[in-house]
Amino acid sequence: MLLFYNFGRYLLFLASMFSKPEKIGIYISRTFNEMVSIGINSLPIVAIIALFSGGVSTIQTSYQLIASWISKTIIGSIVSDTVILEFAPTITCLVLAGKIGSSIASEIGTMKVSEQIDALEVMGINSTGYLALPKIIAGVIMIPMLIIIAMFLGIWGGMMAGVATGILPAELFMEGARGSFKTFNVMFALIKATSFGFIITSISCFQGYFTEGGALEVGKSSTNAVVYSSVMILCADYVIAQLFL
Amino acid sequence: MIEIQNLNKSFGDKEVLRNINATFYPGQVNVVIGASGSGKSVLMKCMVGLVLPDTGKILYKGEDFIAIDYKTKKEIREQIGMLFQGSALFDSLTVEENVDFPLKMFSNMTKEERLERVNFCLQRVKLENANKLFPSEISGGMKKRVGIARAIALNPKYLFCDEPNSGLDPVTSRVIDLLIKEITEEYNITTIMNSHDMKTLFDIGDNVTFIYKGDLEFEGTIEDFRNSPSPLIEEFLGASYFQR
Repeated sequence: MLLFYNFGRYLLFLASMFSKPEKIGIYISRTFNEMVSIGINSLPIVAIIALFSGGVSTIQTSYQLIASWISKTIIGSIVSDTVILEFAPTITCLVLAGKIGSSIASEIGTMKVSEQIDALEVMGINSTGYLALPKIIAGVIMIPMLIIIAMFLGIWGGMMAGVATGILPAELFMEGARGSFKTFNVMFALIKATSFGFIITSISCFQGYFTEGGALEVGKSSTNAVVYSSVMILCADYVIAQLFL
Repeated sequence: MIEIQNLNKSFGDKEVLRNINATFYPGQVNVVIGASGSGKSVLMKCMVGLVLPDTGKILYKGEDFIAIDYKTKKEIREQIGMLFQGSALFDSLTVEENVDFPLKMFSNMTKEERLERVNFCLQRVKLENANKLFPSEISGGMKKRVGIARAIALNPKYLFCDEPNSGLDPVTSRVIDLLIKEITEEYNITTIMNSHDMKTLFDIGDNVTFIYKGDLEFEGTIEDFRNSPSPLIEEFLGASYFQR
């Protein structure tokens, strides 16, 4: 029953965001600020994850393909497909759930317990629309962009690891990657990234907004935001794969 | 003027407010007093729309705040200024931006006009040199003054103050009290103040609403309150420093 109660509350929370904004310019400006916070500020961690996951993927694929009759180009093919289909969207978003999710939940949660959200409401401002909507829009726009960068860096990292360890030259890696490339895979990854962006930001805003108590509860909301976002990302990953592949 | 008629509010089985009837007058400081947990804050939250009462009416100039449509409610809310117990300043904004916030959201002023108004409000609360400081960089008393400046930025008709001098030293507390009194009289604001500080009540209060365990025990002037034969009021006054 608690699950249905919270799901209903989550839907009502999402519905409450849509009211006529007081000043559209302020909302647009807030959305751009959130795009910087969610997108640009997450770039270093996304780059590190992508480079290393691509690199490790090359080394492990090569370790498993020991037969001499298997062409080495297959490593490039496997690594690029794995990076595009799973590593870039899912692994990156799981990490982003930790970084962005905890930040959003603790920011809104602190505003809730220190009556800042009450202050917005008393002024006549739709607090969910003012606080959550710009973050959700920013997440839905910026996370797919981060994932595109993660795809490039993941494949590049895989190629560089292959070259650095002597597993295969860059030409062979790229030949395999090009050979298996399908535009649909990129579209599929972007559908996942958009969905994950919505999941991370909306769940984190929801957890923060319904924080009650003090500092301890803000911490709990932050943890819940990361846990629920991560679980929902994995569920959505499965559902999207089932639907599209 | 704000009128409350037959207001009831419960949380689960616990009745927090029972059949409250009260009137708050413009140009006067209307103090709501009562012990901790008596229902003062819930009453104030009902009045500003943060908590929905179970039954009863809250009339702003005759219009029922609970029953009116969203647009009218929003218009009334724009006439409300509120000073929160913890000041509730936006942490990510500077003092100047905090005071500017309601102006930016609801007025059609230019940036220069807004800045002029912000500086006027900050001067009014005697905070001339704090524009660029963040809330984390100023003292509790300064935060309260910024809270007042933000509350009066849009020239409100109604000012709600939830325990404005809690956690402040006696000198700062008196400064805040006098500031609220001055602003109330100067702009003919209907001020409703929650407090359990008897010094504040007798210093600046014009009317008293005394709530005891969710029931309205007394409503009237300071003099009537002082001379009330009610044993509950006598007990409340007797326990405080300012005895009759």
